Amino acid sequence: MLERRQTDQAKDRDVIIRVRGVEVGFGERTILKELDLDVYRGEILGFVGGSGQGKSVLTRAILGLVPKRAGTIEVLGQNLDDLSPEGRRQLERHWGVLFQQGALFSALTVKQNIQVPMREYLNLSDRLLDEIAMLKIEMVGLNPDAADKLPSELSGGMIKRAALARALALDPEIVFLDEPTSGLDPIGAGEFDDLIATLQRTLGLTVFMVTHDLDSLYSVCDRIAALGEGKILAEGPIETMLESDHPWLRSYFHGKRARAVMAGGAQG
Amino acid sequence: MIVAQSTLAPEPQATIERAEGQTTVRLSGPWTAPHAERVEAVAEAITSEVETYPVVFDLSEIGRLDTLGAWALNRTRHELSAKGQADIANASPEQAILMQETAYREFEGDQKPRHSRLVDFLVDVGKTVAGAGKDLVGGVGFLGELVSALLRVIIHPGRFRGSAVINQLEQIAYRGVPIIVLISFLVGCIVSQQGIFQLIKFGATPFVIDLIGILVLRELGVLLTSIMVAGRSGSAFTAEIGSMKMREEIDALRVMGLDPIEVLIVPRIMALVIGLPLLTFISSIAALVGGGLTTWIYGDISPDIFLTRLRAAVSLNTFLVGMIKAPFMALVIGIIATLEGLAVEGSAESLGRHVTSSVVKAIFMVIVLDGLFAMFFAAINY
Repeated sequence: MLERRQTDQAKDRDVIIRVRGVEVGFGERTILKELDLDVYRGEILGFVGGSGQGKSVLTRAILGLVPKRAGTIEVLGQNLDDLSPEGRRQLERHWGVLFQQGALFSALTVKQNIQVPMREYLNLSDRLLDEIAMLKIEMVGLNPDAADKLPSELSGGMIKRAALARALALDPEIVFLDEPTSGLDPIGAGEFDDLIATLQRTLGLTVFMVTHDLDSLYSVCDRIAALGEGKILAEGPIETMLESDHPWLRSYFHGKRARAVMAGGAQG
Repeated sequence: MIVAQSTLAPEPQATIERAEGQTTVRLSGPWTAPHAERVEAVAEAITSEVETYPVVFDLSEIGRLDTLGAWALNRTRHELSAKGQADIANASPEQAILMQETAYREFEGDQKPRHSRLVDFLVDVGKTVAGAGKDLVGGVGFLGELVSALLRVIIHPGRFRGSAVINQLEQIAYRGVPIIVLISFLVGCIVSQQGIFQLIKFGATPFVIDLIGILVLRELGVLLTSIMVAGRSGSAFTAEIGSMKMREEIDALRVMGLDPIEVLIVPRIMALVIGLPLLTFISSIAALVGGGLTTWIYGDISPDIFLTRLRAAVSLNTFLVGMIKAPFMALVIGIIATLEGLAVEGSAESLGRHVTSSVVKAIFMVIVLDGLFAMFFAAINY
């Protein structure tokens, strides 16, 4: 793996997730068809698409939660289909996932939730385990009091933050975020965007972010990929999206809401 | 990028150079989470080996650094700075930010106050007793709510949810028939076989028919059915209502102006009250068939003699004693199951706990109630 990564780096940009010709469907319905996508190391990729177009399906296919019918997915230079169970376990500690609803374990406190992957994969002393968990809690902007609360006692924004802390527990190289700002108030969403940008900068994360939040797309995403009709309609920085002639992209990025965001951006 | 070039060193390492009036700690290798154990060990070794101050941590040769490594370094630096000056040098801009983000801080220890075992035990007992009292009050209160909901339904028959009742009847009664028939049949066989073995000593084999007939019709049929229904349907009620409560579906009903008791609970309890006597009847017949077959095989009593003697042994009131009890059992099971379901809180664990306690409490109460009925019927000579 080390060698592969170094040779990859010799190229212009290091591809960390490489999706080629992926097809996913349920029953008779094909959702993704011949889909190609590259995610580069160290970038924040915003992944947009209409509801029901298969954004979550692609994310879940990369994570191995949904079987694909054809194609290959490489993560960190390894083809997911060729991995042994042990290799897969090794790979899984290099990514963290923030599920849309947080998916915190409801029977555990926030601190215990963050410690679950650490206990599983790392051999830490109790002291370090506690300290690192508390550090992550502070890094995602949660109050230390939240550490001993159960998920049912947290607000929506706090759940997202706690889930992010758990996703970051193992200092992963890739973080998958499924609509991280949905259900947050604009201030909270803005803070969350900043948080993701800061963490990305300090920890050298690669972020794969499924989102509908135009603010996030404008403010933190390095690149955007738009999904529609089962494939990637366009990918590139926000300018590329704005210049695209595709009807869906035009209505998405030039709609009323988008204009409001752009106007706000121009003033700010 | 923090990654690559010097991931060559496979393990986190520190070289301590002691010069005149200064110590330099050169760090190399990956200071990352996968090497946590070694990171901790090296960090401790640094703390114990540094003697001369000021100390400088040189990060120029360090490989990958993540929050765990940075925290370990910051903690070591903090521990050393108690004795002298300690600084970080040659960090790349990203590493500098990371070191700053993970700067050492004290976390409030969450030490839990210590308790003595005796006090804990007494507290536990007290809580259980108070809980039982509350359950009783809650149960009675709920019974009132249920009755008032029933009255409302009777006054406005339009609000009666017939299809829901039929649907629940199918789940509770119809789908429960096979298992209840099987279990009752087997218990009938077993009781009658043991009866024959004991009574044969007195030459009183035919009395096994009296034994089976009275035991099954008065007690066994209704008890077996109630216990099975508490396990099958009581647990299902608690889980359904509990998960609906977790997902705010009950609140959704309320804000739409619908009464959850009327919509969810009345149909279930009505179906139970109708279904349980039906199942009790089926269960009793199955147990009698089992008993009859066994007396035929083990006791050489032919079916027509069995039937004649059964008719002499049992009267209508024997049958009615069992059937009268059934709706009360249904009510107890239904009330306990719904109360437990409504008590579920946010977590999956809480749901599991309440389903378990619903079944345990329902079975317990069914048996207690059966005992009370036995005393009652004995007192009125029925």
